[in-house]
Amino acid sequence: MIQAFLDIISYPFLLRALVVGVLVSLCAALLGVSLVLKRYSMIGDGLSHVGFGAMAVAAVFNMAPLAVAIPVCIVTAFLLLRISEKSSMGGDAGIAVVSSGALAVGVMVISMTTGVNTDIYNYMFGSILALNSADTILCIILSCIVISVYLLFYNRIFAVTFDETFSRATGIRTNIYNMILAILTAVTVVLGMRMMGALLISSLIIFPSMTSMRLCRTYKSVITISAVVSVFCFAAGLVFSYCCAAPTGASIVIVNIIVLVVSGIVKKIIR
Amino acid sequence: MALITCDDVTLGYDGETVLTDINFKIESGDYLCVVGENGAGKSTLIKGLLKLINPMRGSISMSDGLRVSEIGYLPQQTAIQRNFPASIFEVVLSGTLNGMGLRPFYSKKQKREALDKINLMGLAGLEKRCYQELSGGQQQRVLLARALCATSRMILLDEPAAGLDPIVTADLYELINQINQKMKITVVMVSHDINAALKYSSHILHLSHTQLYFGKTLDYMGSDAALILSERGTR
Repeated sequence: MIQAFLDIISYPFLLRALVVGVLVSLCAALLGVSLVLKRYSMIGDGLSHVGFGAMAVAAVFNMAPLAVAIPVCIVTAFLLLRISEKSSMGGDAGIAVVSSGALAVGVMVISMTTGVNTDIYNYMFGSILALNSADTILCIILSCIVISVYLLFYNRIFAVTFDETFSRATGIRTNIYNMILAILTAVTVVLGMRMMGALLISSLIIFPSMTSMRLCRTYKSVITISAVVSVFCFAAGLVFSYCCAAPTGASIVIVNIIVLVVSGIVKKIIR
Repeated sequence: MALITCDDVTLGYDGETVLTDINFKIESGDYLCVVGENGAGKSTLIKGLLKLINPMRGSISMSDGLRVSEIGYLPQQTAIQRNFPASIFEVVLSGTLNGMGLRPFYSKKQKREALDKINLMGLAGLEKRCYQELSGGQQQRVLLARALCATSRMILLDEPAAGLDPIVTADLYELINQINQKMKITVVMVSHDINAALKYSSHILHLSHTQLYFGKTLDYMGSDAALILSERGTR
């Protein structure tokens, strides 16, 4: 295990994947707790499909995938938030419409031009080879921004998550914090989907917070444990995928599932 | 001088009126109970007072330097909260956010204030406990402590006793009465419980899509509005 880890560090592309992966896992874990508690988990899933569509279109027109996908996802995040708050259609149906629509557009654009190739397969299911060094630097900067914005607004995000009406009544502008949450989620989803794939990225957001909510009783400890679990599962998944030549995204999700099940058993035994 | 004055107010959502012709004043130190049947517009009035919705007609004005964000509010509990992983201290502390300006983190003073309010509500020693493990009555006390962190002048309570058993309810009403009497905090409470309203309040506002009665509690007993409510209660 340790030897495999040292091997990974010795390859530049794997080291990049490790650094970016750890940072994105941290972002996903922090945001995941709020999203799960606010019943916004499916927004992450919807955003990843939209991200896929945007990246596919960017690939066809030879544009930088991240530079296209991030703004598109941020705009979609605004839209999805409005749909889940105001629409008569109902939030979940709205998200399903947007996400499958974006997926269809992506697949259509690709099949009409280049045909399904490895690039597209990688967007769907993730690849640790996807990051070049320019992407890596962008990913590191953006995920550091996400983490610092989250920590800066931590107390207010807590208040808005726990009780939106009370917060609004006492003069906190809850809409702004919901927007911040949506924007941070959009950025995290796009950063993470190169590695995890569009179909698996939302698990990075949901699993660690589910695990930590089973084990912890205070908000701060839920956040902390969620971050620890997320980074651990990512590292373990990466090592596993390196050793067994397994797909990275799927390996990380499987490790997350195992940890979630184990946490459930631990909780049963403790009680 | 009146803290809040409602002048010919009409409230509603999306063009549909819920409450019309509301006229009343809340003076500093009052204990106002808002009574009426389900759907009479009580919660709508609360939202209007908190400026969560704007009046369709008329005006709700605050004076004596009272700002909306300085009103401590105890909303009805939501399903999300009952299973929320947070300690009592974290929940109560979030009540002090309105006095924080642009600072990102809590100061020592805010933490001390939160602890004070927790002790005041008879929850001393429980501050590290998880909110979702508490009984219904304790949860309401936590939310009351949070509301007190947000204000030093006025609290608004929306059915604080909903879902509580009679003994816990009586304790809670007693606590609210103490807040009014000892801390001199103005109380506005929406309630189903007409007996408790008559026992503790100084003023009554009786709503049924419009204002049936507003005035001193003592005068309310013999009024027509009271008769309507007691008749329905006995049927």
